[in-house]
Amino acid sequence: MEIWMSVAIGILFAVAVYLILSRSLLRIILGTSILTHGVHLLLLTMSRLKTGAPPLLGEESGTYVDPLPQALILTSIVINFGVTAFFFVLAYRSYIRLKTDDMEEVKRKGGQ
Amino acid sequence: MANNLLIFPLLIPLLAAVIQIFCRNHMAVQRLVGAIAVLANVGIAVWLVATVQMHGIQLLPMGGWAAPYGIVFVADMFAALLILTTAILGAVCLFYAFASIGEEREKYHFYPFFQFLLVGVYGSFLTGDLFNLFVCFEVMLISSYALIVLGGTRIQLRETLKYILINIISSSFFVASLAYLYGATGTLNMAHLSQRIAEVGQTGILSVIAFLFLIVFSLKAGMFLFFWLPGSYAAPPSVITAIFAGLLTKVGLYAILRTFTLIFYHDTGFLYTLIGWMGIATMILGVIGAVAYRDVNKILVYNVVAGVGLIGFGLAAANTAGIEGAIFYMLHDMILKALLFLLAGIMIGAAGTSKLTQMSGLIKRIPATGWMLFVAGLALAGVPPLSGFAGKLLIVQGGLERGWYVMTLISLAASLLMLYSVMRIFMLGFWGKDRPLADERKELSDDIYHEWASEEGHPDFLPDDRSELLDYRWSAFRPKRLVGAASVLFVLVILIGLGSGWVHTYVAEAAYVLQNPSVYIQAVLGGGE
Repeated sequence: MEIWMSVAIGILFAVAVYLILSRSLLRIILGTSILTHGVHLLLLTMSRLKTGAPPLLGEESGTYVDPLPQALILTSIVINFGVTAFFFVLAYRSYIRLKTDDMEEVKRKGGQ
Repeated sequence: MANNLLIFPLLIPLLAAVIQIFCRNHMAVQRLVGAIAVLANVGIAVWLVATVQMHGIQLLPMGGWAAPYGIVFVADMFAALLILTTAILGAVCLFYAFASIGEEREKYHFYPFFQFLLVGVYGSFLTGDLFNLFVCFEVMLISSYALIVLGGTRIQLRETLKYILINIISSSFFVASLAYLYGATGTLNMAHLSQRIAEVGQTGILSVIAFLFLIVFSLKAGMFLFFWLPGSYAAPPSVITAIFAGLLTKVGLYAILRTFTLIFYHDTGFLYTLIGWMGIATMILGVIGAVAYRDVNKILVYNVVAGVGLIGFGLAAANTAGIEGAIFYMLHDMILKALLFLLAGIMIGAAGTSKLTQMSGLIKRIPATGWMLFVAGLALAGVPPLSGFAGKLLIVQGGLERGWYVMTLISLAASLLMLYSVMRIFMLGFWGKDRPLADERKELSDDIYHEWASEEGHPDFLPDDRSELLDYRWSAFRPKRLVGAASVLFVLVILIGLGSGWVHTYVAEAAYVLQNPSVYIQAVLGGGE
């Protein structure tokens, strides 16, 4: 199971890198979102994908899955949500101000 | 063992920021709360250093959960000294901001963001858990995104886009490296990690993970991977750049020093040599940038880069002198870089431009600033009675003991060029004929003019209003109060230099803990109850 997850995460990383290296700002933001998806899946995968009950004591199971990475991922998700929201608004502001979403143009029009 | 003192450096700015958010329209309240918070933190930090000095490493397990299971805050001497320096910088920059930041930025939550930035920095220095370090990094970075773009001029928008993108990528790498490390060891507590890695030995996979951490922290610290730094730091107003230059890169350096002395200290061959070369390359590229530009901000920004390189080199030497030197130089560098940017802010305010070719003879208008910049330049190069000397001497000694003669020679040559770059600011900016403001008005380029006009909230100023705009800015410019704030740091630079021996006792204690990870592990895991 871990091997398939690793392949899937690798594909997500590759797509993310490709998108981040493009010129359009929106594609770059999509790239960062996909990158963080990949990273979160990696965090889940690296803690071993053993079968077990969800980490709820009420399940009264013999084995549970590791609860720590889930908490870490949850934290990371909200942080990335905040940053991505900020990034989108920033992109919107710079589109209004600089009238372009092409990073080469942004470089030229960004003053000085 | 638990000492609640450790939570106060975070708690005070956090509470201050929350109060400030609720008092958006009451500037006096915001300023008062901010001033009380930063001054209280200086007191707390002094107390913390004294406590660590007397009773050894202080520990605070959050919620009473013992070390590997809960989050612990750990204050050893290194962290305590950095917290004291941060507190002083925070206080000085806040008072400088009172006189320089302008009403528009104040209205849009400048002060809360400032306090949140301090929360993130204090948290990064204190935490004993790697994931918590990531969270504190993010607290610091998100506030820095907001501070760097606040005002929304075109150049700020452009640079923030770059800055935020780089930091999202490096934060993603950080989480990925945490995932690998957790997969390999099954823990995220720094002391526990160190123990486990010592047990299994730092084999191939752990060295790869260490390398990933090096990439992540180097991106944050601007060590070798500093391509994003010069543009981003030159965009916001001087006081924000000062706090960034003083704190943000140093948090990355702290993380490098901590992880590579506490967790990944087994492989001193490949990784440490790599850090050494990265440091040297950073120094060389930094001074090339510093010498190449004729813009006050750019020159100083590249000096920040060069300073980071020197500290990395000190760590890489990995002997007592090298690590003591790195710590000493880091403390000095935080204060000095902030001081230089604050002085540059006064210069730019007085000259109306950051281009050296357009300013001269400022010594008549702002003499105190000029002489302070002169002495700060000497301190930067490490001229003996001043603060840069002791740290640089120890780093050079460390490099020589390690047998890196060529690299040490390069670091000395870099110091010379740092001195040259700052002295050029002094000579071109302060010497020569005093240009009356009328001359500057003609030379004020359209770009700067438009930026200023929009900063002052008049996007539709006509070109004829150009002189009026300059008059307005000059009248709003209060150099006396700015000089007053900057001079506090200036006095510190002198005092650290004169009292090097006294400061060294503290630095030696900090270096002792870094060199003997068992002391740290014993304090965190050993006497839990």
